Amino acid sequence: MRKSSLDAVFQLAQQDERVIFLGSDLGVGTLQAFRDTFPERFFMEGIAEQNLIGMAAGLAMEGFIPYVNTIASFLTRRCLEQITIDVCLHHLPVRLIGNGGGLVYAPLGPTHLATDDLALMRAQPHMTVLAPCDALQMRACMAQTLHHPGPIYIRLAKGGDRVVFPETMPVTLGQGITLRPGDQALLITTGVMAQRALEAALILEQHHISCGVAHLHTVKPLDDTLICNAARTFPLLVTLEEHSLVGGLGSAVAERLADQGPYPGPRLLRLGLPDCFPHHYGSQEAHLAALGLDAESIARRVALALDTGIGSQP
Amino acid sequence: MRDSTPLLSKPPMLLDERSRRLRLLVLRAMEQGGRGHPGPALSLIEILRVLYDDILRYRPDQPQWPERDRCILSKGHGCLALYALLADKGFFPVEALDTFCRFDSFLGGHPERGKIPGVEASTGSLGHGLSIGVGQALAARLQARSHRVVVVMGDGEINEGSVWEAAMTATKHRLDALTAVVDYNKMQSYGPTREVLDLEPLVDKWRAFGFTTREVDGHDVAALRTTLSTPPEPGRPTAIIAHTVKGKGIPEAEHNPEWHHKSRIPAPLFSAMRQALETP
Repeated sequence: MRKSSLDAVFQLAQQDERVIFLGSDLGVGTLQAFRDTFPERFFMEGIAEQNLIGMAAGLAMEGFIPYVNTIASFLTRRCLEQITIDVCLHHLPVRLIGNGGGLVYAPLGPTHLATDDLALMRAQPHMTVLAPCDALQMRACMAQTLHHPGPIYIRLAKGGDRVVFPETMPVTLGQGITLRPGDQALLITTGVMAQRALEAALILEQHHISCGVAHLHTVKPLDDTLICNAARTFPLLVTLEEHSLVGGLGSAVAERLADQGPYPGPRLLRLGLPDCFPHHYGSQEAHLAALGLDAESIARRVALALDTGIGSQP
Repeated sequence: MRDSTPLLSKPPMLLDERSRRLRLLVLRAMEQGGRGHPGPALSLIEILRVLYDDILRYRPDQPQWPERDRCILSKGHGCLALYALLADKGFFPVEALDTFCRFDSFLGGHPERGKIPGVEASTGSLGHGLSIGVGQALAARLQARSHRVVVVMGDGEINEGSVWEAAMTATKHRLDALTAVVDYNKMQSYGPTREVLDLEPLVDKWRAFGFTTREVDGHDVAALRTTLSTPPEPGRPTAIIAHTVKGKGIPEAEHNPEWHHKSRIPAPLFSAMRQALETP
């Protein structure tokens, strides 16, 4: 997914000379082809993220379309104020590409986890927040970023994620997609939880429980139509995110239902990360399993909610 | 290594009629708005006056003229001085100063791009302007334009680490179109910069970061003209350390941290300040 995203930046740069790449201190060889082809539009500016965002804003003010890439936790937290003021307040077309959204960097510890990035970015006026599920969808989303008028945050996953996005399906920023139909519950996902949700739906199917899966590659703006229709159709909505339960997709859906109904509405089960720092290292998968976010745990929790209405704690 | 303070020992600059008139505009806005940052604005007046009178290329009736020089007031809290200059130059009517900080005004307590003609960047949180200026100077180079980018910063502002990130980047890219001006009034909100977070040796710092450095009395109009119009060294950004007096021109406010931000100034005091400026 990361490769697809950065390759797309190079392709966009070939299409449009306003496209600029800015990195902090990324891995050696990152976007070498871009650097070789357009050295004047390739910037690697060191471990100075605040400055990087300000620079991107200055370039965007003058008509360029900067794509900024660094580790998601640093990108969204270290320079949050620059994102808010320099980019969002000026409503500039800066694209922020965050590596390792969620628990990807689990072995590296809490400093490197981006489990609040969606919340932070969602809270910024004008910001569009994307979390595609696989390389194909990333490519489709990236193509949409060129002419988008405001700032965009793009969350990357680990890479090598199983491709579940139907290649022929069109992508429109702000519009979710249905990955699987169903009757009894709708699993609403973002990022790479799509894969887990599809597996969970299969498991539930074996137990004669019919669950649909809708995927929101755009967390902000939220697809109101999709949520509204789902709320009128399904007795149970389940949000799934590799993100804190504070402020992410589940929060967005809960806000939408609380503000706009329907009243009474469906039951909402929010599955995500608890509001605490993890005390383990290991793999992303191990963390998801321990937190009840692997496919089997998701299936069990959905079944439980359908039977008993029990809450979201694993 | 030495302190950047020798110019302070000179007798204080007397303000000419234009400098006093610009200060009266600052007072006018503050009186109507009921608040403002007088100290940080009054130290800035001559810096902005010389920039807008003698140095910068711009068109008040065409604020987005692509060939204009970019001037970012990074110390956004000094905006009363900028508003006075922009009004004086005709970017907007002088009467608009009377709406300062009001609910429907376009002139807030910190300047906003897009609302105020002539304002290049929304500032207010400190340490942002130089990075934006670096981006604008890089853009000018990519677009083969010849305009200058001037970023005016406060001394307290450059406590922010982001300023020094931007400084390293400006030098890396040999941005000779970029000029950083530090309004060195040596007084931040809490007290003297020397006590809160000492910046000395300030000139040496900028030089060590790769800038061509110049020092000037920031209230000496002729000296500012000479300094600001001196061409940059090719391949090097310029830092101008302008030695100023916080609150310059209002005796109560000079060197006085209590005048960093002020509200509820009694009407008789406004009258006295106005009178002092009108009849020096």
